[in-house]
Amino acid sequence: MNAEVRPIRTAAESGLIEAFEAARAALPGGETAARLREDAFRAFAAKGLPNRRVEEWKYTDLRAIMREARPLVVTLSEADVAASRDLLPFGDVDAVRIVFVNGRLAPSLSQLNDAPEGIRIVLLADALAADAQHALLLEGAPADNAAIALNTAFASDGLMISVDEGVSVVKPIHVANVQTGGAHAAYGRVLVSVGKGASLTLVESHSGDPAGHQTNTLIGLDLADDAKATHLKLQDEGLGTLHLATFAARLAARSALTSVSLSSGAAAARQQVFLAFKGEKATADINGAGFAGGRRHLDSTLVIHHEAPGCASRELFKTALDGEARSVFQGKIVVQPVAQKTDGKMMAKALLLSNDAEADAKPELEIFADDVVCGHGATVGAIDDELLFYLMSRGLPKAEAEALLVQAFVGEVLESVEHDQLRDALSARAERWLRERD
Amino acid sequence: MPAVQETVARVRSIDVDQYKYGFVTEIESDRAEKGLTEDTVRFISAKKEEPEWMLQWRLDAYRRWRTMTEPTWARVDYPPIDYEELYYYSAPKSFVAPKTLDDVDPELLRTYEKLGIPLREQEVLAGVEQRRVAVDAVFDSVSVATTFKAELARAGVIFCPISEAIREHPELVKKYLGSVVPTSDNFFATLNSAVFSDGSFVYIPKGVRCPMELSTYFRINERNTGQFERTLIIADEGSYVSYLEGCTAPMRDENQLHAAVVELVALDDAEIKYSTVQNWYPGDAEGKGGIYNFVTKRGDCRGKNSKISWTQVETGSAITWKYPSCILRGDGSRGEFYSIAISNGRQQVDSGTKMIHLGRNTTSKIISKGISAGRSNNTYRGLVSAHRKATNARNFTNCDSLLIGDKCGAHTVPYLEAKTSTAVFEHEATTSKISEDQKFYCQQRGLSEEEAVALIVNGFVKDVLQQLPMEFAVEAQKLISISLEGSVG
Repeated sequence: MNAEVRPIRTAAESGLIEAFEAARAALPGGETAARLREDAFRAFAAKGLPNRRVEEWKYTDLRAIMREARPLVVTLSEADVAASRDLLPFGDVDAVRIVFVNGRLAPSLSQLNDAPEGIRIVLLADALAADAQHALLLEGAPADNAAIALNTAFASDGLMISVDEGVSVVKPIHVANVQTGGAHAAYGRVLVSVGKGASLTLVESHSGDPAGHQTNTLIGLDLADDAKATHLKLQDEGLGTLHLATFAARLAARSALTSVSLSSGAAAARQQVFLAFKGEKATADINGAGFAGGRRHLDSTLVIHHEAPGCASRELFKTALDGEARSVFQGKIVVQPVAQKTDGKMMAKALLLSNDAEADAKPELEIFADDVVCGHGATVGAIDDELLFYLMSRGLPKAEAEALLVQAFVGEVLESVEHDQLRDALSARAERWLRERD
Repeated sequence: MPAVQETVARVRSIDVDQYKYGFVTEIESDRAEKGLTEDTVRFISAKKEEPEWMLQWRLDAYRRWRTMTEPTWARVDYPPIDYEELYYYSAPKSFVAPKTLDDVDPELLRTYEKLGIPLREQEVLAGVEQRRVAVDAVFDSVSVATTFKAELARAGVIFCPISEAIREHPELVKKYLGSVVPTSDNFFATLNSAVFSDGSFVYIPKGVRCPMELSTYFRINERNTGQFERTLIIADEGSYVSYLEGCTAPMRDENQLHAAVVELVALDDAEIKYSTVQNWYPGDAEGKGGIYNFVTKRGDCRGKNSKISWTQVETGSAITWKYPSCILRGDGSRGEFYSIAISNGRQQVDSGTKMIHLGRNTTSKIISKGISAGRSNNTYRGLVSAHRKATNARNFTNCDSLLIGDKCGAHTVPYLEAKTSTAVFEHEATTSKISEDQKFYCQQRGLSEEEAVALIVNGFVKDVLQQLPMEFAVEAQKLISISLEGSVG
């Protein structure tokens, strides 16, 4: 009776197997890369899509959400490139822009050769051809995670960005991902390393038309000693898209990371953050804001590993939900025995604007060191009636008063963006949601 | 490494001394055959002279249990339990249901005397004890004595061993047994349903405020025996009862299993206050021996404005797996959970609560204080959920952990699920160590380091201790200082 019970494969699982067989030969990289992809795919195929019985996916049942596997795009059509122009956000922000349409690089929209001094941007395919196999290995993030394994197996296009020691890159690097045309699957992978004492602002955007696309994106970030990085993400996918995203960062001594994300799109989205403190006195500030209406599903999952002494992490996540939308927050702070003097604080707040919305939160602490200060908080609630009454008594219509309060609620997250133009652009997106509430 | 050895030696010496209930009572006992089959279930049922429906109920549970697997999600680690190597029933040989206390084996009475549990009512009446508490004493698989039965009966309160209730109040048992924790609930609850041997049954009639506190004292004595107690408390409309539970076991090198099920039912406007001081043998400093405490406790606030409050002080057991929960079904009902869980040595605690809001205007409050020392692991695991119809559900959760030493772990795993916008849930958790400033302040006032720690810890757990009935609070306070002895330095 030792045979493992193996449920029948779903259409999506069989579709992924077929897609991998069809695509593997054309995927970039040599023999080693092919082996790494094969291993990753096997690890995925052995367990299949995670369901609610898998603790990490308890509230986001990917097996139920992902009905079928969408095809990969082999060659990008000019029509899709043209259509994607109107879907690009942050158009007026002064940045180095690199655009991927349907998971494929769109050279005509990208400024690959305009990189400032001290920063190298290499295409994933070129890096793999030059034997940089580590592009497919992601240290510090769980290899058995389905989203990561699928990204490793299928990563078709992407970037390797490195900033030289001591270089401060002022101009943000904007990696834009657009999904357009027929329903596609896109697997993008961007790996960034910031040298000693260097600094970088990385902007990531995801947008597209409302077709049933599938996005699986991965950002790996390595900060050397005293390095500084800002990571901004706008997830504004079309409302039919399934968005799976992984952000994995490793922080060396005294490095600092600020990450702010706004999730306003996708039918179902899961953003997973894996953070590992590898050197002492590093700091990380991870903030997220999200809106969802209709029957949309927003998942923010975080795992923060404190593996060095004296590091500080701050996490703040705020979500506003309307209609029958559902938000999930899973946050875990793990403090290893060596990580004495850790200072960790995590906060998750959900605001329910409709009676049918649902918020689930699971903030965890796992602590093995005694000299630490760690805390987490979670709240779920509706708009405070008294605040609403106060604003309405000042003559504001109810809808406007509500919008103002929601804006103030998520404003706290967006205010942590230092770059003026980017902050304004994110705030404008938030305001639009409040008008449309989709 | 002389300093380290010294500490180890000190902790060991304290650990052996500190568990003062570790003695064994030499008494012959009558046991069921080793292992678990349908015949074991029939044997237990026959021993208890149970009616046919009860036997069928047990057999159903047994058959279901055979199809289930042991849960592995808790943050505890133990070698697999061989359920065929256990004895499922053990009773003192001299045991014939005693009519009066004089019929009870004197050896048993001495055991309870040693444990400080008064079974003789006259002593109590003579004013030796300050307050009167009715006690049901359970020794291995049988209840040996229940005090103050006559006086309670005058108030209409039924307080008796559950085996007696099955025979004498079948209509109540049939109606409520398994209605809160169904036989199919979980692996350990199902096992308990099949083989439970004794426990207490309480019924408080309409509008009665129980005239005294009720208490059950559980003692495991026999080797290799599992104790499967079952407690059922029903508070009818407008009634009130405060119930206390205490537990101890001898020190043995092998692990023993304790899988209990406690069901509480509160009807309209009723209130049940359930307090536990759990002090099973925790094993020695190296983690040898100790009780596996796998308990399912659940209260059902079935009526309007009913209230169930759990208070627990967990200091014993090698492994604790316990989540006293409240189902807030009645409109306006209220659930409370106050817990202190202390782990030292190699103890593993995975405990917490579930507050399931189903009715309107339901409120719940969770205060959990975890203290880990030595090489122990202490986990709070809890769920707060509000269903769609639970409008205006309110919850406040506060779980704090305190770490003493750098080889222990403290973990918090709360789940919050809100399906209605009118629910307001607040959760906060902190983990910290005793600050040097606090310790220094106490020490410069002349306290030794250990006294300083004890004082600070007492302040840390005060919110929970205040919820305990008087006589338990004193005992719990003493226990807390004992459990932490040897953890400083």
